[in-house]
Amino acid sequence: MEPAVELVDVVAVLGAFPVLAGATLRVERSEIVLLRGPNGAGKTSLLRLCAGLLPVERGTATVLGVDLVHDRTAVRTRVGLLGHANGLYADLTVADNVRFWGATVGASAEEVNAAMERMGLADRLADVSVGRLSAGQRRRTALACLIARRAELWLLDEPHAGLDAAGRDELDATLRSAAVAGATVIVASHELERAGSLATRVVQVVGGCIREAR
Amino acid sequence: MLSVWAISRLVAGKDLRVEWRSRVVSNQVVPFAALMMVMFAFALDSDSVLKRVAPGLVWLAAMFSLLVIVQRAFAVETADGALDALRVAGVRGAGIFVGKALALAAQLAVLELILLGAAIVLYDTHLVGSGIALLACTYLTATLGLSFVGTLYGGLAAGAKGRETLLPLLMLPVAAPVLIGATRATEAALGTAGATTSDGWPWIGLLALFAVAFGIGGTLAFGSLIDE
Repeated sequence: MEPAVELVDVVAVLGAFPVLAGATLRVERSEIVLLRGPNGAGKTSLLRLCAGLLPVERGTATVLGVDLVHDRTAVRTRVGLLGHANGLYADLTVADNVRFWGATVGASAEEVNAAMERMGLADRLADVSVGRLSAGQRRRTALACLIARRAELWLLDEPHAGLDAAGRDELDATLRSAAVAGATVIVASHELERAGSLATRVVQVVGGCIREAR
Repeated sequence: MLSVWAISRLVAGKDLRVEWRSRVVSNQVVPFAALMMVMFAFALDSDSVLKRVAPGLVWLAAMFSLLVIVQRAFAVETADGALDALRVAGVRGAGIFVGKALALAAQLAVLELILLGAAIVLYDTHLVGSGIALLACTYLTATLGLSFVGTLYGGLAAGAKGRETLLPLLMLPVAAPVLIGATRATEAALGTAGATTSDGWPWIGLLALFAVAFGIGGTLAFGSLIDE
């Protein structure tokens, strides 16, 4: 099976500033990979490149079999990028949000319900407005939206930020079960201890380049 | 991948559901618009003047209210990064544009009817039977034109610093032809300022042309606009 992500000597720039300077990375399907490194090392840029948001200036990049050099937009419907924001509508209920995001890929009502059930949102939280949820519950709702969207590659930027201990445990369990279900997960995090225990592989990002850590 | 029309219906339904649950337009924008109509009456303080300028005041109030509705429509998208998420998810920009414009048009149409009612009650304006078809066409074309312009410039200003002040600066000059055309056509429909119904139809052509131009332009450009 082809890898989920294959980058070879990728250079990407933001304005005139090179954010990735010859990055090479291969991520197999169903892996959970942790990206670690100092601020400004290029972790977020790497996630954005994999999501098809950042153009490849030089090198070759293939994500889920899509060549990003030639058509970086084609991969977007199959990738879920969750940054600091959750991409939710605060006035809508949890069910409304998951239904809406699922509908963007034509997900059925059963798929939407299954996504909410997997995230423990199907019962008492389903009809609660997102604006009234805790940070952890919002994160879970955002992840349910990724599941409903059938995202094959989850790109998560500091997913543990703002969560309490219980919320972090829930998130880790969700990511593990997503990987078991076939999704590939790439996490950029400063929470090395927690994210490190979650990851099947740790990758160090320094100065826009990638070094395997373990 | 979903068709542009399917995405449009989805986005329009979501925007109307957001309004249904938050009631921002009905509880804040409608009272704001009604208050404007009352303030116009206080400022002009002459029945004959008010009757003559009523169509212009209705459309001015509609345009100022539109600014508030557009700000709100895009604040909902940017508050938690939803517009970015739509872009990341590969949702077609054309579908987002048409969907948001349709939801905006639905809300604006209701608001305009309330403003017309306010003009009849406060400014002693009368509906003329022969002008009803012209008035309906004016409302349809002007509402669509304003909604397309509002959505296009709302999207443009959404990611910018100082978007609250930037949006009126960008949008009002561009929407000026709608204000002029809709006012003249409404004058003709209501028979104010000495206009007759037949004077109004050429303005419908201008309003329709404006709506079509911004509808097509926005549909083609919106994806690139939010992608930058």
